Amino acid sequence: MYEIIKDSKGTLNHGISACAGCGMELLARCVFDVLGQDIIIVIPPGCAALLTGMGTESGIKAAGMMCNLENTASTCSGIRASLDAQGNDHTTVVGFAGDGGTLDIGLQSLSGMIERGDKVLYICYDNEAYMNTGIQSSSATPFLASTTTQPAGKPTVKKDLIGIAMAHEIPYAATASLHNIADLKKKIQKAKDTDGPSLLHVLIPCPTGWRSDPADTITLARAAVNTGVWVLYEYEDGEVTVNYKPKELKPIEEYISLQGRFKKVTDEEKKEMQKIVKKSYERKIAKLEK
Amino acid sequence: MFKMLDGNTSAVEAMKLARVKVIAAYPITPQSTISEKLSEIVANGEMDAKYIRVESEHTAMSACIGAALTGSRAGTATSSNGLALMNEMIVAASGIRAPIVMPVVNRAIATPWSLWCEHMDTMSQRDLGWMQFFTQNCQDVLDYTIAAYKIAENKDIMTPAMVCLDGFFLSHSMQKIDVPAQEKVDEFLPEYELTNSYLNPEDPMFVSNVVGMNDYTEVKYQQKYAMDNAFGVIENVFDEFEKQFGRKLNIIEEYKTEDADVVLVCMGSMTGTVKYVVDIMREQGKKVGMIKIVVFRPFPYKYIYEVLKDKKVIGVFDRNSCLGGQYPPVCTEVIAAMKGADADIRDYVGGLGGRDVNPANIEKIFNELLDIYNGSSDKHTNWIDLKENPMDSREVFKYV
Ligand SMILES: Cc1ncc(C[n+]2csc(CCOP(=O)(O)OP(=O)(O)O)c2C)c(N)n1
Ligand code: SF4
Ligand SMILES: [Mg+2]
Repeated sequence: MYEIIKDSKGTLNHGISACAGCGMELLARCVFDVLGQDIIIVIPPGCAALLTGMGTESGIKAAGMMCNLENTASTCSGIRASLDAQGNDHTTVVGFAGDGGTLDIGLQSLSGMIERGDKVLYICYDNEAYMNTGIQSSSATPFLASTTTQPAGKPTVKKDLIGIAMAHEIPYAATASLHNIADLKKKIQKAKDTDGPSLLHVLIPCPTGWRSDPADTITLARAAVNTGVWVLYEYEDGEVTVNYKPKELKPIEEYISLQGRFKKVTDEEKKEMQKIVKKSYERKIAKLEK
Repeated sequence: MFKMLDGNTSAVEAMKLARVKVIAAYPITPQSTISEKLSEIVANGEMDAKYIRVESEHTAMSACIGAALTGSRAGTATSSNGLALMNEMIVAASGIRAPIVMPVVNRAIATPWSLWCEHMDTMSQRDLGWMQFFTQNCQDVLDYTIAAYKIAENKDIMTPAMVCLDGFFLSHSMQKIDVPAQEKVDEFLPEYELTNSYLNPEDPMFVSNVVGMNDYTEVKYQQKYAMDNAFGVIENVFDEFEKQFGRKLNIIEEYKTEDADVVLVCMGSMTGTVKYVVDIMREQGKKVGMIKIVVFRPFPYKYIYEVLKDKKVIGVFDRNSCLGGQYPPVCTEVIAAMKGADADIRDYVGGLGGRDVNPANIEKIFNELLDIYNGSSDKHTNWIDLKENPMDSREVFKYV
């Protein structure tokens, strides 16, 4: 049998059962690269649970546990308090949860953790739906994307996670994208070094749920930023830095045409979508740079 | 040292004496003073622990699980709707073998809203892999809580435990409590230590991932095995407790059962009232007796059978309505325990939503059981304290 334990290079083994081109797996590898092994990682049900392996075999060479869908943040708070009670101030406690586990069912628990100021690094990998249970809509699903619970397309826009965290005056929060690994890793490091709660929100192209070509994962991540669908920024000690602003927004077509989930969008709707994306981008930049 | 304490403060004293290191608690009547008092004594340095001011009971239990697996004795307490909200994490805690000890102040679960005592909250959690101890008085609360840590954390058990105390009847009634010295408790209760699953970056393992059909049954069986074998450990711990603190703890307690014609089985604070009625009726020459069940999970069926095997008529009092079931839970268990014996077992329900289980009703139960024993009647009043016209209750008046 293939000796995965010996042959894997990093904390996360090779041969993990994520789909080809999965952005979540790439993000996880970046997270482990930066954080090292002095960590306790908490992962709820969802695609990231694939990383944890099954039964007696684990894909992760670090201390961690699978929690429940809505309590990643609460479980992290308990672990942090326990380490603090033992005088351990070096271990990083990290939550790694999907958009459903974060923005929907887990929002209360995350809000509690941030408000209390618990020193936990929370990462939301956002593939914009409940992927592991079969591509159902979440509150992070974007306008007009088709899912199995909203096949005609979601009629409302995405919930603003970092906005919610900023309303808590979180010490550090940032968005990131997989097409800029250097920026992503820098942010993971900053979040780790934050003395208090920190939050990273990473857009995760998901070939299975977005019905895109596995080879397009990075292209999509880049297109999201260049079209203004995804804005890269940081919130640090109450100050916002927008990390990147495209000189000119690319047409939304460059992003949605690569994804089957927008296949049914009509030309009329595309125009509306373009308007909404542009307006929301401009409003966001104006608000952030105020 | 003797102190005047109510049930909630007795629970707090026990958690303090057990040197709980991480506390995560959310207030709910009638548990609230436990969360308040714990936060107070952590803040003033009387207790060396981290207090997480959580935003829900779901989070309280989640945080306790995380803390317990990371090597700290973790504690919370709840009641009623709080326990119901925790439900998902109750199963998580027992399955992950986090030996958390939790005082639960028994209260009805809404709706209808009621702030008062009944056992529905803990009964609804009875098969989820937690041990359950039901207490009669505030001294019980302190004693069984301290003992529960030692039982729950035993290497062969590793199973969480609820110590149940009746809302208001115990939580808010002041009694004279013998509070042991810290050194005595330290001698009795070893330091918290995890040897099987834990979260430690220096010796990493991944806990609680998906278990396939190949292993799941066996993992559950391990929990059953721990429960089934808990009585040996419980007996030993209770013996040690008596040696260390001079008070006898019981799995079940018999009260004048030996020559009794009829016996009533019950739990919780009402057992004090039942003993009182037994004494009065004995003076009248009526041979009645009582069994108080302290350990409800695991269920002490062998102990019960041993005491009741020759009894012809047995009553069982449930402080829980059990809608749609043939019998309420305590009665169901007693019937199962008495399988093969020749006993007529009668189910009584009462004391719901804080209604006082008063001596008159207990006397009525005993007289009914005696009539059945004598053959002069075959009837028993199932819902013992039901008003005469229950269907008229809660008529809704509009626009008053
Ligand atoms: C309380 C509860 N409700 C529902 C589920 C079923 N469930 C498991 S994963 C999941 C969706 C998770 O979505 P997300 O967090 O976005 O992760 P993804 O699958 O997309 O990686 C759901 C609904 C559950 N595990 N627990
Ligand atoms: S469904 Fe999407 S997020 Fe889940 S493993 Fe597959 S590609 Fe990754
Ligand atoms: Mg998702």
